[in-house]
Amino acid sequence: MKIVACIKRVPTTEAQAKVAGDGKSLDTAGWQYMASFYDEIAVEEALKTKEKLGGDVTIVTLGPSEASKEVREFLARGADNGVILKDADPAARDPRSTAKALAAKVKAIGADLVFVGRVATDRDNAAVGAMLATYLDYACVTEVIALDISGSSGVAKRETEHGVETVEFTLPAVVTCNKGLNEPRRASLKGIMAVKTKPIAEEAFESTANQALVTKVELPAARKAGRILGEGAAAVPALIEALRNEARVL
Amino acid sequence: MSQTIVFVEHHNGTARAASAQCIGAALSAGHGVIAVISGSGAEQAAATLGKVGVTKAIVLTGAPNHSPDAIARDIAKVVADNDAKAFFAAATSTGKDIAPRVAALLDSTLFSDVTGLSTEGGSLTVVRPWLAGKAIATLSSSAPVFCATTRLNVFAAQSADKSCEVVKMAAGSGGKAVVTSVAAKATEKLDVKEAPVVVSGGRGMKGPEHFHLIEELAAAFGSAATGASRAVVDAGWRPHGEQVGQTGKTVSPGLYIAVGISGAIQHLAGMRTAKVIVAINKDANAPIFKVADYGIVGDAFEIVPALTAAVKAAKKH
Repeated sequence: MKIVACIKRVPTTEAQAKVAGDGKSLDTAGWQYMASFYDEIAVEEALKTKEKLGGDVTIVTLGPSEASKEVREFLARGADNGVILKDADPAARDPRSTAKALAAKVKAIGADLVFVGRVATDRDNAAVGAMLATYLDYACVTEVIALDISGSSGVAKRETEHGVETVEFTLPAVVTCNKGLNEPRRASLKGIMAVKTKPIAEEAFESTANQALVTKVELPAARKAGRILGEGAAAVPALIEALRNEARVL
Repeated sequence: MSQTIVFVEHHNGTARAASAQCIGAALSAGHGVIAVISGSGAEQAAATLGKVGVTKAIVLTGAPNHSPDAIARDIAKVVADNDAKAFFAAATSTGKDIAPRVAALLDSTLFSDVTGLSTEGGSLTVVRPWLAGKAIATLSSSAPVFCATTRLNVFAAQSADKSCEVVKMAAGSGGKAVVTSVAAKATEKLDVKEAPVVVSGGRGMKGPEHFHLIEELAAAFGSAATGASRAVVDAGWRPHGEQVGQTGKTVSPGLYIAVGISGAIQHLAGMRTAKVIVAINKDANAPIFKVADYGIVGDAFEIVPALTAAVKAAKKH
């Protein structure tokens, strides 16, 4: 089985936002990076599927050469190949443009199963997985918390506001992975050593122009300073009073 | 007047609040709305849409099971048939599942989780958070169809007295993914994303056995959901569906009560757009107090039960 896991290099959750000089982007100075949180779950599911059904796992990312750090980490965990579709600023790419670039690569690989994170924690679009599937004419299940693949079909569970859905689907498919699906493994020392010098392909791709155009980026308005109403249960009446007569939410 | 196609979700014969808000957003942009609605009870729900300002609803009939890709194709067809220039859905699990597929079928990009909408010079611009709300971007579109999902509890539903024309359309078949069953929640508990009041607990609750205090406070408010910080979800104290923050859910309730949550930047990103924030924490220097409108310093185990009793009493008046 040909398995692809798509990942994205994003700033760590500790990163502070600062608007860049152009007023239309963020100042990345001082940021540390990581693979987006849900991509860890996507890669783990790819590896588990390979262990169960055989095949190979290719990690695909749109990003700068520096993304080789994140790709290599996943190779150390057991992925077979890594490809960077060279993109200096993948965050600036809209979901359609990203999905089209990934679709071309997934098609070239001939993947039966594609795992992606539920959302990338930089632009929070949660759109690329389902768009990718639609461009490929693959089945797609989003926000998956349980998965069972057998033969040319699969059964997934997804959590919604109104309950847990059971979804049956056919392969090829794109699965977007949610927290709860699995517990990502750590790379073993042996794994790390084995891929230390493994080449990671960097490829050019055909770029589709963005349709989403950023006109302005701002920081959210600071919340006005609140007040400490007191200490302990003695402050509860003051809180009730404030919620009822000032904030009018009670 | 240009038309916006809105995918409407419903429950027990009425449109979900999130969908009514999404319709409100489209109407506020000066568009007429054609609703697309499917599933059991859709016709009944469609007939009530005049109350939220919809004058035409298309009911997809004949599909035995929900298939997101089949519905997406039907919606894309409705967009094309009506020469619509915009498509909206609520940013629920279902809306976020279907909207990207519709957008791709229309070869248009998608603006997810939109928190603001305006019409400048006849074209739409949207506001949406980046990095879970650490930054706010304004964007315009050159897409053939403007596709967006609207964040819950941000836009107001309209209250109207229109009559809604209900038109049936045969649902397309051949879904590649089909929902075969839904295990409804054991209780009618609201999701953190849709609840008007959210009560969240963090590490300060000291263990999963104390979260009944959080649940009881939420229950005292009536329409409320329980939330949790990343630390307690990672520790396995609470289910991941409750996690609020950058790697969980982003919420905008009318009231957010953070109990025993220090306020890490990734948590603040997920709840800072709540209209009113209350913090209860034993550490007076906890960052959560910097974003809270009201704070009480002290022991959660003493304060929360007292607050629960006081809210219950206040609700009686």
